[in-house]
Amino acid sequence: MSEVVNVGVAELKTGSNSCVLASFGLGSCVAVAMFDPFKKIAGLAHVMLPESRGKEPPEGANGKFADLAVPTLVEELCQIGARRNRLKCKIIGGAQMFEIPGVQKRESSLGPPAHIGARNVEAVKNELEKLRIPLIGEDTGGNYGRTVKFDSSTGEVEVSSINHRRTVL
Amino acid sequence: MTAKEGSASLSAIQIDALREVGNIGAGNAAIALSQMVDKKVDLSVPKASLQPLVCIPELVGGPETPVAGVYLNIAGDCSGSILLLLEKESAESLAALMVPHDLAAGAEMGVVKRSALQETGSILSGAYLSALGQLTGLFFKPSVPGFAMDMAGAIMDYVLVDLGSAEEHVLVVETDFTVSGVKILGHLILFPDLGTLATILQRLGVPLE
Repeated sequence: MSEVVNVGVAELKTGSNSCVLASFGLGSCVAVAMFDPFKKIAGLAHVMLPESRGKEPPEGANGKFADLAVPTLVEELCQIGARRNRLKCKIIGGAQMFEIPGVQKRESSLGPPAHIGARNVEAVKNELEKLRIPLIGEDTGGNYGRTVKFDSSTGEVEVSSINHRRTVL
Repeated sequence: MTAKEGSASLSAIQIDALREVGNIGAGNAAIALSQMVDKKVDLSVPKASLQPLVCIPELVGGPETPVAGVYLNIAGDCSGSILLLLEKESAESLAALMVPHDLAAGAEMGVVKRSALQETGSILSGAYLSALGQLTGLFFKPSVPGFAMDMAGAIMDYVLVDLGSAEEHVLVVETDFTVSGVKILGHLILFPDLGTLATILQRLGVPLE
């Protein structure tokens, strides 16, 4: 059994040597799973919000903002030996967990939270496009939580949830 | 739990004050619930504590544990949110007590039961807020609740994002309730916006230093 590395909310971790990067119970957050299939080097970012708006992420929370997490992931993977033009990506999560009827969120810079999952997905896709990294797998949206296990040696992502069929991307 | 562990800088007397609010709220909630289910309901608040946000999924057994969550926003003199978390078994037995003849078949919980749990969350949070309102003289207005039954981590992650900027510690009021002999354990979690906790404690007569 390979080593399982937990990537918590807003974290970003990379690994090789057939480790498994995992995020448990993703709701509106998005897991960005990027890898170099040739070198078998992989990284996972647990993105919480779409934009940093000029804010620096807190220490140990490089994965917090989509616009910073994606470039950081690319950079860190290249630092440990991945080749940029071989990188591929899969994204998972971005659900909308609660439907609160008839209520507009109180004033907030984040806007209505109802769309935050979708906005996270959108923001990650924009960044990937900017950096020309192919998106080769996606399991996003819906109203249910997901657990992600990302195998660095195969690039396979196993997605499980409570009431939906387990899938492999 | 002592005042020091996991409770930021709250003193024992501040924790006591918050728990007392919980007890009074529990009294209100017991009456309301018992009227709704037409059964005897005993409610108690064994514990109140301040916990770091990130530890909440651990309270109910880890991020993948299936739970029922009822979530609502608070407006009025102070703002924040409230989340009621019930472990799946507790949620199911509570729902079965309230809706004995659910027509929905299969593993998934039917609409009527979900709605009954949502209403329970609304009653419990309303009872707690009204106790808090009586004791502080502040006005709190709860929103219509949202309901989800899913992994604890996924529910928390929605709440984290919804909060945006909030205190790093949240007030967790454990509630134990017994409905006709069936024991149900829930966590009522108050997420105060920045400054809200200080206002509440000041009004309770136990201000932050």
